[in-house]
Amino acid sequence: MSGPNTDYDPVEVTPLKAEQVDEMREAALAAIAAAADLDALKQVRIDHTGDRSPLALANREIGALPPQARKDAGQRIGQTRGAVNQALAARQVVLEAEHEERMLVEETVDVSLPTTRARRGGRHPLTLQSELIADLFVAMGYEVAEGPVVEAEWLNFDALNLGPDHPARSMQDTFWTEPAENHVVLRTQTSPVQARTMLTRKPPIYVVCPGRVFRTDEYDATHSPMFHQVEGLVVDEGITMAHLKGTLDHFASQLFGDGITTRFRPSYFPFTEPSAEVDVLCFVCRNVDPASCRTCRGEGWIEWGGCGVVNPRVLTACGVDPSVYSGFAFGMGIDRSFMFRHNLEDLRPLFEGDVRFSSSFGSEI
Amino acid sequence: MKAPLSWILEHVDVPAGTTTEHLTDRLTLTGLKLEAVVSPGRDITGPLVIGRVLTMEPEPQKNGKTINWCTVDVGDANGTGEPQGIVCGAHNFAPGDLVATVLPGGVLPGGFEIGARKTYGHLSAGMICSARELGLGDDHDGIIVLPADAGQPGDDVRPVLGLDEETIEFEINPDRAYALSIRGIAREVLVSVDGASNFRDPADRDTPAPNADGHPVVVEDADGCPVFVARKVTGFDPTAATPDHIVQRITAAGMRPISLAVDVTNYVMLETGRPIHGYDADKVQGAIVVRRARDGERLTTLDGTDRALDPADLVVTDDSGIIGLGGVMGGETTEMSGTTTSILVEAAHWDAVSMYRTGRRHKITSEAGKRNERGVDPTICEAAADRVVELLVEHGGGTADSGVTVVGTPPAMPVIEVAGDLAARVSGMPITEERSIDCLRAVGCEVSGSGTLTVTPPPWRPDLTDPQDLTEEVIRLVGYDHVPSILPTPPSGRGLTHSQRLRRRIGRTLAGDGFVEVVTFPFVGTSDLDDLGLPADDARRDLLRLSNPLSAEAPFMTTTLLPGVLRTAGKNVGHGNVDLAIFETGAVTLPRHSGPAAILPVDRRPTDDEFAALDAALPAQPLHLALVAAGDAVSGGWWGAARPVTWSDAIEEVRSVAAALGLDVTASSADLAPWHPGRCAELSVDGEVVGHAGEVHPRVCQAFGLPKRTVAAEVDLDLLIERAVHLRPAPSFSSYPVAKEDVALVVDASVPAADVEAALREGAGELLESIRLFDVYTGDQVGEGKKSLAYALRFRAPDRTLKEGEAAAARDAAVALAVERTGAVQRA
Repeated sequence: MSGPNTDYDPVEVTPLKAEQVDEMREAALAAIAAAADLDALKQVRIDHTGDRSPLALANREIGALPPQARKDAGQRIGQTRGAVNQALAARQVVLEAEHEERMLVEETVDVSLPTTRARRGGRHPLTLQSELIADLFVAMGYEVAEGPVVEAEWLNFDALNLGPDHPARSMQDTFWTEPAENHVVLRTQTSPVQARTMLTRKPPIYVVCPGRVFRTDEYDATHSPMFHQVEGLVVDEGITMAHLKGTLDHFASQLFGDGITTRFRPSYFPFTEPSAEVDVLCFVCRNVDPASCRTCRGEGWIEWGGCGVVNPRVLTACGVDPSVYSGFAFGMGIDRSFMFRHNLEDLRPLFEGDVRFSSSFGSEI
Repeated sequence: MKAPLSWILEHVDVPAGTTTEHLTDRLTLTGLKLEAVVSPGRDITGPLVIGRVLTMEPEPQKNGKTINWCTVDVGDANGTGEPQGIVCGAHNFAPGDLVATVLPGGVLPGGFEIGARKTYGHLSAGMICSARELGLGDDHDGIIVLPADAGQPGDDVRPVLGLDEETIEFEINPDRAYALSIRGIAREVLVSVDGASNFRDPADRDTPAPNADGHPVVVEDADGCPVFVARKVTGFDPTAATPDHIVQRITAAGMRPISLAVDVTNYVMLETGRPIHGYDADKVQGAIVVRRARDGERLTTLDGTDRALDPADLVVTDDSGIIGLGGVMGGETTEMSGTTTSILVEAAHWDAVSMYRTGRRHKITSEAGKRNERGVDPTICEAAADRVVELLVEHGGGTADSGVTVVGTPPAMPVIEVAGDLAARVSGMPITEERSIDCLRAVGCEVSGSGTLTVTPPPWRPDLTDPQDLTEEVIRLVGYDHVPSILPTPPSGRGLTHSQRLRRRIGRTLAGDGFVEVVTFPFVGTSDLDDLGLPADDARRDLLRLSNPLSAEAPFMTTTLLPGVLRTAGKNVGHGNVDLAIFETGAVTLPRHSGPAAILPVDRRPTDDEFAALDAALPAQPLHLALVAAGDAVSGGWWGAARPVTWSDAIEEVRSVAAALGLDVTASSADLAPWHPGRCAELSVDGEVVGHAGEVHPRVCQAFGLPKRTVAAEVDLDLLIERAVHLRPAPSFSSYPVAKEDVALVVDASVPAADVEAALREGAGELLESIRLFDVYTGDQVGEGKKSLAYALRFRAPDRTLKEGEAAAARDAAVALAVERTGAVQRA
């Protein structure tokens, strides 16, 4: 290495000659352009800008020059190094892009390969149907009331104006428990929940009660000893059948579609008076040319449930003053609603537990 | 109730052109729901005409039969006017007779198409019909020979045979017992069909005055039997046939023709609604006494059943003893037979509740019982008996005995006060008081007053007892279809309860984890519990028994959801769904043996204590969750090997559910059926046992048709939901660097990993952020009966970077405590 040139003495420093530096630049730029990949470029970087590169070595000689020449050479070397580094960076970008592109091509997979490794779960459609119905009523301001399935006879019958010798008791084929003198039954309807609600809350009462109920029906395509009902109960001042009709029309349109309304036919239930059967307009044919409709079997209307104005005797037994309050109640089969909403003709798949059935409904219906 | 239309219209007029459809639509809208309209000839199409037999040539055949080659005049019905040649196998007719003839092109019941065909050497073009071939009964002995005045050859034979008679089947609600009669239905037609008029009450007839000459009757229990009418017919011809129109009508109404005497009583019951009983008068010994049965008395009823009677049963007796179960079923000893010439006709009014109880007690359902227990018009006993006598005399050639016994008087109808505007207030329709009065009068009520109406219902409406009952009458006649549709405005609701939301969350968690929800029946038998391998003293064998189970194999309400889910899992595996995960949530029934649930009064609210006592008398019914998994949890494929379900999946799923509620589950080893004794975990939350999980015992797997290594869990969700975290505080976490330390400890194989972890956790102190067991090793390097547990510990301080050596010191402290507590040795 040359020593410092403290006096201005134009010593010849070969590596710093302009031609030499230009050569270095040309060589570096050529090598950069020729680098085919990132590895080659890395080598080019070492060769042309590394500590042992001609440019680095030349740079060290600058100090040997007299001040005026030092400035010129410094400028020359600096510019050259700048140009080389710029070219390196530019080449780096190009090569990286090329590399990435190639890598992405190489990493191509067959996205049509199967991907399912774990089982899919699902909730039972009757659970989902119950929740959907509950949600419709909660949206109206109702609350969801519940009660036990193994129920006191008094709550299942007597409190609902079904005295011990009421002929309607034989309408509902009841599962009784032993010993008989305990007066405990499997509830035949969700109505005891209504009684419980009136016994534990003060009007105004707006509740809906979905739940399991039991009847001694042999199990076949249209009967099951266990099924699901939803009942609604409203007790407030000035409640009329018109409110009942309005509520069920709204319920029907929410569950089955806009414009689906209900029809009342006189009927008999001990806990309501007047009582009505509720038919819902067939949501498939809408009673337009129903003859060929499979959903309503040509009726135009589908039997949906029962309803009525709460019998004042029931209000009395449940501690509600019938001279102040009136109410309505309705009940329908959740299973049945599900069946015609989803075009299921045989109810047994609901209780057979084949996972292919429930899993097809996922977590929401 | 099946009612022939012609019978109804015998008692009420409807405007000309009223269709059956209109009639039934109207009746349906006012409360008699149409079930079906049927006619016996509904399956017959094509030409079915009156034919006159012109000639009849018997032709013996090689097979021993003799056929008749007939020519039959069918008028112009065959298009030619020429006689029709027909081969007929029957012999009960003669030339000149009118017969029912079906011509080629006709179709008989069963899709039997009639054509012209070669048979027995003739071209037989049609058929002469028997009753059975027309679907009119089982009589196959011969063809139908029509009355000589039936009509002209070629006329349609359907009206003659009643084949086009429409019978309307109504669903009759229990409160409308009066509609279990032609009388009641005709009355409904009157009030329901616009323009209907001229109701002719079949019970409105002049009856002979009661006298002392009739059969002596003593009623000892006037509450049970307020009215007893007895009439007698003598000189009756027991071989007299029932007229066709009576046979057709009672058959159409669904009753079986038996004999003239029986058929007539049934006919009058159908017509008036009043059940009638006929005794063979010659077998009745002495006075009839109506009373309650006495302890130990027995009766063999008409159906041949020997019955032990209850002191609450109403019985009809004579000198010989009990001859009938009043209002429900007669006795064998006085039954009318094929030799009965003297008939004692009983038309009695019975207490409905007593009828219901007796029917239920003796499990007798009959047409008479059905009417008596729902309530019959008590004022028509004399008329109904008189009508029976009339028909017996007319068709059986007897003589009406002049004696007429009438004991008792019909009970008075209640007088009901009802506000004149109640119908408007209940219905939401603008129904005036005048309209209400009109409607009430239309259904037979006597009405007086204004503002508050004083109403006496008609005797055929025992169901009308309350103001609200009268309101229903008014509203149904005004029309349910006119009720306006108005949405009420509830007060603001509170949405779902916390528990309701959590139950949904639990279901979603399970479904999200790949479990499919099933719903099974809660009925079990002891064999199900045997299949679970429950020991004899297992608490789950304390079951609530049903008195009337559908299956004797499963007479109990289950105490565990496991039999249902295991059975369902087995069925799925049988269906090829081998990689399976299912769950069920539902209440189980745990008897409390806490005594009866009282039958409380209904004329007041029960006290809070009474209501609480009702609940206390019911079994506990906690909500359970059961789950089963089998096969592969993760299936094999191009990504790698399958991962079979293991015992740990069952525990993990419960942890997943608990985590959804913000709860941690601790598992400790347990031995409980139906689990594998070495692979069963007792699961606890906050120190309370909430359930069990693990691998199902191999024998149980076999019993339920499940593969070995099937896993299951059952937990009490109520316990979890009770403890669920309501409000979870927002977490804060340190952003200082983490320090990681790994330790491997060798312990006896019997030491639970949970104990080692607990010791490490406690020993590490508060700098420990997390601990994870990342490897369990057993084998030569650790020696027989030992296992190596490798833990990754992460340390971090909330407020600073840990100093050099702090983490290591905490790790050493953790190991030291584990060594002390569990005898662990740190592995180099």
